[in-house]
Amino acid sequence: MRKTRHILFFAACLLLACLPASARAQEGNGEIDATAIIFEHVADSYSWHIATWGDKNITLPLPVILYDRESGWHACLSSRFANGAHYAGFHIGDAGKIVRDTDGTRPLDLSVTKTVFALILNALLLVLLVLSCASRYRRPDAWRQPPHGLSTLLEPLVVLVNDEIAKPAVGEDWKRYSPYLLTVFFFILLNNLTGIIPFFPGGANVTGNIAVTATLAAGTFLAVNLTGSKHYWKEILWPDVPVFLKAVPLMPVIEIVGLLTKPFSLAIRLFANIFAGHAMLIGVICVIFVTAKMGAAISGSMTLVAVVLGVFMDCLELLVAFIQAYVFTMLSAVFIGISRQKE
Amino acid sequence: MDLLLPDTGLLLWMVLIFGIVFFLLAKFGFPVITRMVERRNAYIASSLQKAEEARAAVERLAQEQEELLENTRQQQGRLLREAAEAREKMLAAARKEAAEAEAHMLENARKEIAAEKEAALRDIRQQVSLLSLEIAGKLVSRQLSRDDEQLALLDRLMDEVETDRKS
Repeated sequence: MRKTRHILFFAACLLLACLPASARAQEGNGEIDATAIIFEHVADSYSWHIATWGDKNITLPLPVILYDRESGWHACLSSRFANGAHYAGFHIGDAGKIVRDTDGTRPLDLSVTKTVFALILNALLLVLLVLSCASRYRRPDAWRQPPHGLSTLLEPLVVLVNDEIAKPAVGEDWKRYSPYLLTVFFFILLNNLTGIIPFFPGGANVTGNIAVTATLAAGTFLAVNLTGSKHYWKEILWPDVPVFLKAVPLMPVIEIVGLLTKPFSLAIRLFANIFAGHAMLIGVICVIFVTAKMGAAISGSMTLVAVVLGVFMDCLELLVAFIQAYVFTMLSAVFIGISRQKE
Repeated sequence: MDLLLPDTGLLLWMVLIFGIVFFLLAKFGFPVITRMVERRNAYIASSLQKAEEARAAVERLAQEQEELLENTRQQQGRLLREAAEAREKMLAAARKEAAEAEAHMLENARKEIAAEKEAALRDIRQQVSLLSLEIAGKLVSRQLSRDDEQLALLDRLMDEVETDRKS
């Protein structure tokens, strides 16, 4: 009962807080382009927009690194390109990517973009977490003590991946693959979770980017196919079907396509889930601003709906963050297990 | 939309970052944790087994103790019963022996008394005879002529006296 009252009070405060926003929306020329806001957030960018305070944008400039065959290497901060500025014969094109001034084509772009920066931060955090946890376990008497501090957080997940994924799916030599599966699991989980945090340094759409998920899927592809057994390759190249199906060669082609669709589905599944989650959340929050100039009653009630829905979506995203990390790891383990079959 | 086309630069960065993370964690992170967790699980399992064994041992000891106690109690009862029986037997034997001894002593005493009495009677009879002879002598000192007749008379008188007493 008291909790309910707290929540209602909190919602009322939020309603009051959005009154100025609604006033400003009525003052300005109005139209809020929700699609643009959503895609601006989920797409990569050269700088990290942290907040807008009044009319001022607080933005973290990030390094831009370009290589052009004619003019060589270029490195600068992304603030040089702010507001459509041109620098060293390049500018940010309509698609949001740096292009040449001359013909609008792309140079080799190795910029530390928002996604790359978030990746580096999360990777550092992950390495720090796991290695500091491992350093505790390195002590000679660690196995006599219950987990403590950080290990109480990480150990159940490690045990979960080992016992529920690696052992049943991979089979007897699970220990060989458990470091890879654990790395993938924690990498995806941490990136998913930091993506849900709405403010800097979280909120970057890392695992909702196809390049990131494709790399992870490629890792699984390599793990599956580099250590595949003889039986596994025979099943692909010379399966037990009538010879005319193999001679064409219809079946091997189908099998090889199947080989590629597995990591492809892994990449698309993770990308689509996280991407959709981010898009949905921002869409729900945009409802507040889209309805802001429709009058106090509609605006207020829609704000309440958006806040309630936003809380629900956030909880759902927490669940999805874990489930997608789990599913990716489990499917990787299953594919590895299939490729390790003897007969 | 180029959402589904991976960006080259990002792809390269991701490969680099993930490669480094994988190398670090797979070499220095997770194997250590996995090994320690496995070792601890083994330790816990063995500890549980040991505890179970210890519990079983304690239970067995308690049962043995119980049995021992029960045995001791039975033995104690038997010993007490035997002791009581032995005491009874001994008492009975002693009582019987005492009774026999008493009877024997009584018999002896009676025999002795009878013998004593006989001897006393004989002695008295002799004394009386001698006394009577003396008296008779004194009487006869005046009438010696009839000596034989006197002694026969005396003897006859004594017999009479004895028959009188016996009857």
